[in-house]
Amino acid sequence: MAYGYYPGCSLHSTAKEYGMSLMAVCRKLSIELNEVEDWNCCGATPAHTTKEELGIALAYSNLLNASRQGLEEVLAPCAACYNRLKTAKYALNHSELLQKRMDEITGGKVEHEVKVFNILEFFRDIYGQDNLKAAILKPLAGLNVACYYGCLLVRPSKVVNFDDPEDPQSMDELIRLLGGTSVNWSCKTECCGGSHAIPETDIVLELGKRIFSSAQSAGAKMIAVACPLCQANLDMRQHQINEKYKTDFKMPVVYITQLMGLALGISPVELGLNSHFVSTGELVKQF
Amino acid sequence: MQLKLDNNVSQFAEEIESLSGLKVYDCYQCGKCSAGCPVGQFTEESPTRLIRLIQLNQKEAVLNSRTPYLCATCSTCSERCPMNIDVAKIMETVRILASREHVKSPVKEVAAFSGAFLDSVKSNGRLFEFGMTISFNLRNLTPLKDAMLGPVMLQKGKLALWPRSIKNKERIKRIFEKSSYFEPRAESTGKKEH
Repeated sequence: MAYGYYPGCSLHSTAKEYGMSLMAVCRKLSIELNEVEDWNCCGATPAHTTKEELGIALAYSNLLNASRQGLEEVLAPCAACYNRLKTAKYALNHSELLQKRMDEITGGKVEHEVKVFNILEFFRDIYGQDNLKAAILKPLAGLNVACYYGCLLVRPSKVVNFDDPEDPQSMDELIRLLGGTSVNWSCKTECCGGSHAIPETDIVLELGKRIFSSAQSAGAKMIAVACPLCQANLDMRQHQINEKYKTDFKMPVVYITQLMGLALGISPVELGLNSHFVSTGELVKQF
Repeated sequence: MQLKLDNNVSQFAEEIESLSGLKVYDCYQCGKCSAGCPVGQFTEESPTRLIRLIQLNQKEAVLNSRTPYLCATCSTCSERCPMNIDVAKIMETVRILASREHVKSPVKEVAAFSGAFLDSVKSNGRLFEFGMTISFNLRNLTPLKDAMLGPVMLQKGKLALWPRSIKNKERIKRIFEKSSYFEPRAESTGKKEH
């Protein structure tokens, strides 16, 4: 099976273990990913909050490249990229005027529909739950996981049209399919502060503290994510949260693809489980 | 805050409506957006209050409010609005309008971050995180902010020291040059129906 792949900037740097673990899982499952040629940054929050057309055009430029390459289905593992690509598609579907503007700005037109999938959709709907289940070698027995969706995977629901915007279940289902336990908790779609990590760090620390408190009291031993922003904010800033609030959180924040990889029998190093700020030692020990 | 009110229709509300295509007057101040706002404790005007200020033609107060800049664009407000107002989009519209009218951002850190981020994308086609962070720190006059994270990230291979540019940089240049502040909207979509 071959699909288009839009890694986005993070998967080549701060979220390299997300890219590594996704590649390892795909190799194991014989899924071929073709990178969108010469892809550019989706623009993230700074673009769409600076100029509306800039936010759409940067994302559209990637859909254009994908369509020229003949890609019909593109996986966007980064929740922020996924959200921007879906937003561009939604906006263009609702405005011919905007389509004309994008043709002018980018000098091209998307000739056929390029479908965009997030990581959970991709493995659930495209690869298939039964196929995945059949490939499990080491079930995640005894792992208590808080599935953290954040904002951009599920909201705005009219744009992404994926799962429930307040109480999504797809990641929880995946964890259970992998043999683990997903805890019930109340912060699964709370915001981590997103791109405020650098300019407004205090906001991110406060929101992170709330998320960890909730996960801990629900009995979770780790948090699973599908977004590089959420991962960076919770993993890289966890010691700052502990310092500021005199807490003692030691909660690994792992990508869903890393947990999939462990269940598929891939080695922790190949999944980048040694590149986290908060040690994943306890988790890795079991595999 | 003392407001100067008149009995005229809010020209500012009409402006926001025509720029965003959203109906500002649909808001009846239920407060659901503010109740769920994750950055509520860090702002002076709640989203509910900001929308009321728009309805009351308080353009200057709104364009100088910190709320649209501290909005994390999580869209919880938009999702929960009983009148289906995309509140997060209103925040975005206010920010873009302020920028178009050269109103100085009341949250200089967020403005510095956006500027550093977009400069990086403009010159490389992709975000160069290391360069962007240094550029932010210089703009923000906080040269050592997060400096302790750098060495650990380097050691873990999570920080590239050189940018990786795309091949066709012309297309990015063109996008930055040609993009307007707002997308075009048909005259009728912005008009209120009340």
